[in-house]
Amino acid sequence: MSQTQTPAAVGSGTPAPAREVAPVAGRPAAAPVVEMQGISIAFGGVPALDDVALRLYPGEVHALMGENGAGKSTLIKALTGVYAVDAGTIVVDGREESFTSPAASQAAGISTVYQEVNLCTNLTVAENMLLGREPRRFGGIHTRAMNRRARATLDRLGLDIDPASVLGRHPIAVQQLVAIARAVDVEARVLILDEPTSSLDADEVARLFTVMRTLRDQGTAIVFVSHFLDQVFEISDRLTVLRNGRLVGERMVAETSQLELVKLMLGRELATLEELDREVAETDLVDRTATPVLQVLGLGRKGSLQATDLSVYEGEVVGVAGLLGSGRTELARLLFGADTADTGEIEVHGTSRRFRSPRHAIDRRLAFSSENRRAEGVIEDLSVADNMLLAMQASRGWLRPIPAAQRQALVSKYVEALDIRPANPDATMRNLSGGNQQKVLLARWLLTEPELLVLDEPTRGIDVGAKAQIQQLVADLARRGMAVVFISAELEEVLRLSDRLVVMRERRKIDERLNDDVSVSDVLELIAGQERPTDQERPTPQEAPRG
Amino acid sequence: MSAATTTPSGTTGPTTWERLRGWSPPSQYLPVIATAVVFVSLFGAGGVRYEGFATPEVALNLLVDNAFLIVLAVGMTFVILTGGIDLSVGSVVALSTMIAARTLEAGWAPGLAVAAVLLTGTVLGLLMGLVIHYFDIQPFIATLAGMFLARGLCYLIGVESIPIRDETFFSVAAASVPLPGGYSTTPTALVALGTVVVAAWVLHRTRFGRTVYAIGGSQSSALLMGLRVASTKVGVYAISGFCASLAGLLFSLYMLSGYSLHAVGMELDAIAAVVIGGTLLTGGRGLVVGSLLGVLVLGTIQTFISFDGTLSSWWTKITIGVLLLLFVVVQRLITRRQP
Repeated sequence: MSQTQTPAAVGSGTPAPAREVAPVAGRPAAAPVVEMQGISIAFGGVPALDDVALRLYPGEVHALMGENGAGKSTLIKALTGVYAVDAGTIVVDGREESFTSPAASQAAGISTVYQEVNLCTNLTVAENMLLGREPRRFGGIHTRAMNRRARATLDRLGLDIDPASVLGRHPIAVQQLVAIARAVDVEARVLILDEPTSSLDADEVARLFTVMRTLRDQGTAIVFVSHFLDQVFEISDRLTVLRNGRLVGERMVAETSQLELVKLMLGRELATLEELDREVAETDLVDRTATPVLQVLGLGRKGSLQATDLSVYEGEVVGVAGLLGSGRTELARLLFGADTADTGEIEVHGTSRRFRSPRHAIDRRLAFSSENRRAEGVIEDLSVADNMLLAMQASRGWLRPIPAAQRQALVSKYVEALDIRPANPDATMRNLSGGNQQKVLLARWLLTEPELLVLDEPTRGIDVGAKAQIQQLVADLARRGMAVVFISAELEEVLRLSDRLVVMRERRKIDERLNDDVSVSDVLELIAGQERPTDQERPTPQEAPRG
Repeated sequence: MSAATTTPSGTTGPTTWERLRGWSPPSQYLPVIATAVVFVSLFGAGGVRYEGFATPEVALNLLVDNAFLIVLAVGMTFVILTGGIDLSVGSVVALSTMIAARTLEAGWAPGLAVAAVLLTGTVLGLLMGLVIHYFDIQPFIATLAGMFLARGLCYLIGVESIPIRDETFFSVAAASVPLPGGYSTTPTALVALGTVVVAAWVLHRTRFGRTVYAIGGSQSSALLMGLRVASTKVGVYAISGFCASLAGLLFSLYMLSGYSLHAVGMELDAIAAVVIGGTLLTGGRGLVVGSLLGVLVLGTIQTFISFDGTLSSWWTKITIGVLLLLFVVVQRLITRRQP
């Protein structure tokens, strides 16, 4: 039962040397329950996974780490049978499998609990756990036996939930636990938890972790995907890091520091980023004595953001860092009038304004690109040109059409300037990749010649090349005098681009500082906050002061 | 006190009286209870106002006169529970009366005629279900097409009203089933009640039934839970088609004729009954008993107006409209409170 650990071969095709995984106490080191090797998947010629390996052992919590777009979800979908692999082998329990459907993967003992709870809130807890394999009597469902069986499974996980109660009456956290209970009842040997903690508070996370430990000790292999480094280090035994669709490494958590992990996740990009970093640092010529383009005082909305102050100056990129649910998106929506603020004042160029709708904000030369590209940005059935011209047309008023020649000139200018591919203004938006769609959305707002651009997750889910282009574009825009609020889940990206940094946590601004020599770990510390009691003593979050 | 006795399971439970006093109906039954209250108060109001209203005969007549609508509403409940809608049922009722009348006229055995009617309705429903699921077409449009198709087929069979003179049909239509206490009812009413019982069992005690609810709750979740979404979704339209043709048979027993203009707009009565019965139009919530109560509420309003004699029959529509609006708004409030 040694705990030796060979650092896995990095990004190469050679399988990592055989080794023992740290066994759970009292459990012999076993053969891996899942062994994926040489997995490659490409979408339309673009590789999403390139020669990736993943090994899962019984009785371990295995963290799958990587930035957005690293290939985590593609790898999971390969394992759960949603995507077919182009190359590579998946061995489950010593048998080579090629899953063609989620059902086949489930039958092999692989269960997944997604970030959004995929259960029916109108059914009871027991039905949600057992529907599809419910106990029967006299040709019908034996409700009492079903409730008993659900109760037994819940007890095994140490959960006190009434199986006969309707699922929708429980909070999301409990629903998530029920989803796990459903997975467990299938006798899952592998349980994949995709971002299970993103909508949970600290108490609920603690409860989830208790359940995870119980399951682990019962021999289940758990794949844990999370953006929260602290949580990964708290719960996981081993981790696999992906970057840009490639395997970067496999590590024992106990022998890895947070800093090492972050380096693995960011990898060689760091070098090129530092260059840009310096560039930003050197060109910090923002005049913060002038009247800010936008200044808000005590901006807040009950239940979404506590009173927040923020100023953005001409030519400045203000980066907003924070985890999902920290209030970063809420801030952006309030700035733009997409949500109405309860409290606070907004001043544009020193004049007090009220934004009751995005229209008012657009009139004051603000622009906002939503994080939800698909639902709140792109209109998939329209052409690239139409998508681009929407905001400009709206701000001109619908009765003043843009002359055809001008339309064409503007569109081709931006298609070229932003390197949108295919470079065809008449292409249907649906057929563009995520990165190119994002560029079209940027162009949409740039056409309105805004003075302040609010970008919420502009680089989420797009490929590396497009990401770099968008970052470059943001830097250029700021140099030419535009004020930018840049929100991203990727800290390094925020750090790279911003002149000033705002850190959000628990729906309020907890820190604001000039971005000179701020490191990822500095920000991580801020975001993670001080060690705090996980249990009862946690103070209840305060409501935004009203006034 | 040791730790063990402080846990809920360690303490003695509340007394029966305490449990009775603290009992409140589970929230999912609230809309149905509301419908029951409306029904009882309407019926009570009729009894106070008119002599001979609140009698078992009137109550039994409600069942007899609305047997076809009850069956129709049962089928509609399945569809609406999945979040769909079936606009074709009124036309299918008319088509069923036409098929029954014409085949009997042509000298078919009654059993064969009944089989032909039920088969036609079920197949029509099945086809609409297939189109809705596999071509991903909105139920509204697909069943609208079915509605025109079925109504058109009626005219293909005959433009004039065709009387039913078959002896078996006659005797069934005239038959009465004795009940204790000297009362009696008709076989059609029993068929309607039987349909309700069977439907309730299917919806609550079979995997198919629970899948119907699951689809109404969230179709994508139902898929990920490994439930048979496709066959269930197609199945509910087949069931609705079957119920519509069964209702057509009951209607032809009630009218003893087949006519292309029978049951015009009856699909809307069925939808109204289902909604008044507390079923959510978005699906996932509702009980078949509610739909029965919904039909009885509609029937009571009609009885009310015929008892009064001075009120125009349009008051039926007005009252139904007001009730419908009220129920939809109340449902909205309930669902908003408990997401």
